[in-house]
Amino acid sequence: MDKIRVLVAKPGLDGHDRGAKVVARALRDAGFEVIYTGLRQTPEQIAQAAADEDVNVVAMSILSGAHPHLFPKVVNLVREKGMKDTLIIGGGVIPEGDIPALKQAGIAEVFTPGTPTTAIVDFIKANVK
Amino acid sequence: MENIADEVLKGNRLALAKAITAIENERENATEIMQQLYPHTGNAYVLGITGPPGAGKSTLTDKLAKEFRSRGKTVGIIAIDPTSPFSGGAILGDRIRMNDLAMDEGVFIRSMGTRGSLGGLSHKTADAVKVMDAFGVDVIFVETVGVGQSEVDIVKAADTTMVVLIPGMGDDIQAIKAGILEIGDIFTINKADHDGADKLQTELNMMLDLDGVMKDWRPPILKAVANQNIGITEVVDTFHKHREHIEANGQLTVRRTERAKNEMLDLLDAKIGQYVRHKLVDSGKIDKFVEDIKARKTDPYTVVNGVMESMLK
Repeated sequence: MDKIRVLVAKPGLDGHDRGAKVVARALRDAGFEVIYTGLRQTPEQIAQAAADEDVNVVAMSILSGAHPHLFPKVVNLVREKGMKDTLIIGGGVIPEGDIPALKQAGIAEVFTPGTPTTAIVDFIKANVK
Repeated sequence: MENIADEVLKGNRLALAKAITAIENERENATEIMQQLYPHTGNAYVLGITGPPGAGKSTLTDKLAKEFRSRGKTVGIIAIDPTSPFSGGAILGDRIRMNDLAMDEGVFIRSMGTRGSLGGLSHKTADAVKVMDAFGVDVIFVETVGVGQSEVDIVKAADTTMVVLIPGMGDDIQAIKAGILEIGDIFTINKADHDGADKLQTELNMMLDLDGVMKDWRPPILKAVANQNIGITEVVDTFHKHREHIEANGQLTVRRTERAKNEMLDLLDAKIGQYVRHKLVDSGKIDKFVEDIKARKTDPYTVVNGVMESMLK
């Protein structure tokens, strides 16, 4: 079986990466290869890294409120690169009311504060292509 | 994608990414891809970057790649980080230092986990280098995991190997031990603005002076402060000097011949190993052998000799 590769990225300008690091560590312990790209990524950088690294999953974290703008942009750019099957998920401080629109835009699932990391691992295992 | 190798040769970037994935996961089409790409390899120059964890290999690679780009060269980077022996997972974090490179069309970065290999590279690194080579990049950086003292596989994979060191890692006896200090064609002391850089340079020089036999290339010891972009052009100039030197004295041909031989033997070892295991396990012969060995009726040495004789007849 192929090893599952996940890009963990922080789009936008907030500097809070503790959550992303906790998730990266949990994914590592689940046996995934996690490509961690650090803070303040543009959607273009994320999409390019996702394509070059040929990841199965793009996992983004935003705590600044910029998710309605940045998450859909990443989805579009990743798809434009020809990555049709890549699972794209998001997390962070995201109001419940925003979630339907994000899903509509192609974010497969949104994980809000309090989510156990095992839920993210299970979701990836169940949905990765 | 119809034919991944064809697309790689046409310069399709996504195909390059997909080809490396196929090879890393030993998918069915991996051998076919390599067979098709192999005739198109041998044009890129391979630079190995190795050194202890935290020495600044990724930051240095980022700056060196930019310098090569400003000199009109296209660049491939393979950055390796360790795979957990417990979970099989890995955090591949070298891209953090290379984020603005990612948007340069003339640069392709790929992160790889060691996946059980212990020599500082992964088993598939050499093949990933070849795929990038066939794709057409001019220079390929291979950045090893943070190494201790004995992970020296890079020297078999690279045309020129640079060892990155930092001040304050130990006394001068460390410098005369065997291992990574024997493999540098170039040494760079990074973080040279920290205390102890001059002392380290002196110690390395003393170590090299002990080499006795006069070699025609004495590894230069350079200083750099990568995150401030200090010393970068000198390192790139030195890469060029070393390349010219080993091209002129035939050493490059020797290294590449040795590499071709080693790669063939490694592949052969792996195939023979697979074949023999397959035969032994599938026929169930192994259980009888193990039982007899356990009962001390025979011993593993005799059994192995017997197996070899019967299979290689």
